[in-house]
Amino acid sequence: MDVLGNYKSVISARSADKDIQKKAQDGGIVTTLFAYALEEGIIDGAIVAGPSDEPWKPKPMVVTTKEELLAAAGTRYTISPNLQLIKEATRSYGLDRVGIVGTPCQVQATRKCQLYPIGMRDVDDKIALVLGIYCMENLSYQALEAIVEDHCNQKMESVKKMDIGKGKFTVYTERGAVSQMPLKYIHKYVQPGCHVCLDYVANLADISTGSVGSPDGWSTVFVRSNKGNAVWDGAMAAGLFETKDMADVKPGLDLVKKLATEKITKNQKHVDERKSFGLKSDGTPKALRNPYETP
Amino acid sequence: MADKITIGELHLSGCTGCLVTLADNYEGLFKLLDDYAELVYALTLVDVRHVPEMDVCLVEGSCCLNDEISVEELKEARAKSAVLVAYGACAAYGNITRFCRGGQWNQPGQEAFVPISEVVDVDLYLPSCPPCPQAIRNIAVMAYLLLKGNDEQKQLATAYLKPLMQLAQRGNEACGCDLMYDVINQGLCMGCGTCAGTCPVRAITMEYGKPNVNRDLCIKCGACYSQCPRSWFNFDVMNNYEGIIDAINGAMK
Repeated sequence: MDVLGNYKSVISARSADKDIQKKAQDGGIVTTLFAYALEEGIIDGAIVAGPSDEPWKPKPMVVTTKEELLAAAGTRYTISPNLQLIKEATRSYGLDRVGIVGTPCQVQATRKCQLYPIGMRDVDDKIALVLGIYCMENLSYQALEAIVEDHCNQKMESVKKMDIGKGKFTVYTERGAVSQMPLKYIHKYVQPGCHVCLDYVANLADISTGSVGSPDGWSTVFVRSNKGNAVWDGAMAAGLFETKDMADVKPGLDLVKKLATEKITKNQKHVDERKSFGLKSDGTPKALRNPYETP
Repeated sequence: MADKITIGELHLSGCTGCLVTLADNYEGLFKLLDDYAELVYALTLVDVRHVPEMDVCLVEGSCCLNDEISVEELKEARAKSAVLVAYGACAAYGNITRFCRGGQWNQPGQEAFVPISEVVDVDLYLPSCPPCPQAIRNIAVMAYLLLKGNDEQKQLATAYLKPLMQLAQRGNEACGCDLMYDVINQGLCMGCGTCAGTCPVRAITMEYGKPNVNRDLCIKCGACYSQCPRSWFNFDVMNNYEGIIDAINGAMK
């Protein structure tokens, strides 16, 4: 499989909805698609990373209205364990058609729940729309605090938006200040489990989206599965997106491909290094576990 | 029908919930029995008294070492089956029977219960308590393709079943602790929350993005580890998820 996964089309797009544009991290693709899918009955609820009682700490939640979706818009650069609700969404929430958004690993987890449902009764055919977001790596909440409060010298609760791009971690405050940390300092804060991840652009999602490749305020969108294709075509026909041909935008698909290749190459090396991490008494290497080969 | 596979269920120290799970495929079970599998043994459903020859034997429940008949029947099932499946958490990992310690009337001496792999070789695990109807359906379809399909179907079935067979090789101890030993301690956890979602007794919560296991709630079913995308993630199968889901749905039409 190509580093960008299988896809039917790739487009640069942004939501035509001004309310969504205002709240969105980039082009508002996820919020718009879920709002459309809710309205059309393609899904009757979606699992998203909503706000919690701690600033910038996401909380997985099941949402069923556009207002709730808007409250969840925007990137929080720390872990939101969205899959913890994937079964519950079909139980007490009573959903028959579940939407879920997640990072590449969460999309992988969703597909595993569908293909190998171990303790996931009646979940597989209730997954109606899986949206993936690009992810280079993630941070623990404490790591995010250290970056924002120590490196960027801002209070978590005063921050309006965080963004990673052009080699910097950027923090925008409610009162208009902008602070930055060079991304080269991020390494020690990265969640260790991210170093074995071999997926950048959520290859297994129905539709995946992210900022890289498109101009500010726009997103690069991969339409991947038959299901994703039908939803995207429907949303386009309803006039929900402004689009540009990917070939016409800067920096374009080449940058997406470059970053995907870099991530996968680096992490594949890490996976390989785990095979000879330790030492046996006979002098041969002793391995750490490789989830891609055996349980 | 000659081209069906033969399938049976051996009921040991189990609760019949695994068999109910098979039945909870509803009309899907009839489809399986019409087209793919002859149910040749299952004391709950079929009037066959002794363990027959089987292509696939699903074993439900753990094995009580203090009950001679259980041990004999399990060994007989092994000898007479091509593929022996530990169906559900009791057979695979002991599950709730791990906590048995005897001392109850009217067999106070029945105190030693083991996962079936302590007594016989097991080919394939389907963990969790209860297992999923959809999982046993998938396994039945794949077992049929493996034994009766063309080369391409055999290849698909082999790839699909491989991790469940590897799971049977991995061992017969399961616990929420697996998430620590084999995921977090190994530097593999990425906080997706699947373990918390799959746990049947809500023993797992996510604290700042990492699983926290209440080990006194855990019943040792093995669901969390098996469902974790970092226990195994076989790209050859997963990358073809759309085709495989279509193939299974097609087979069940």
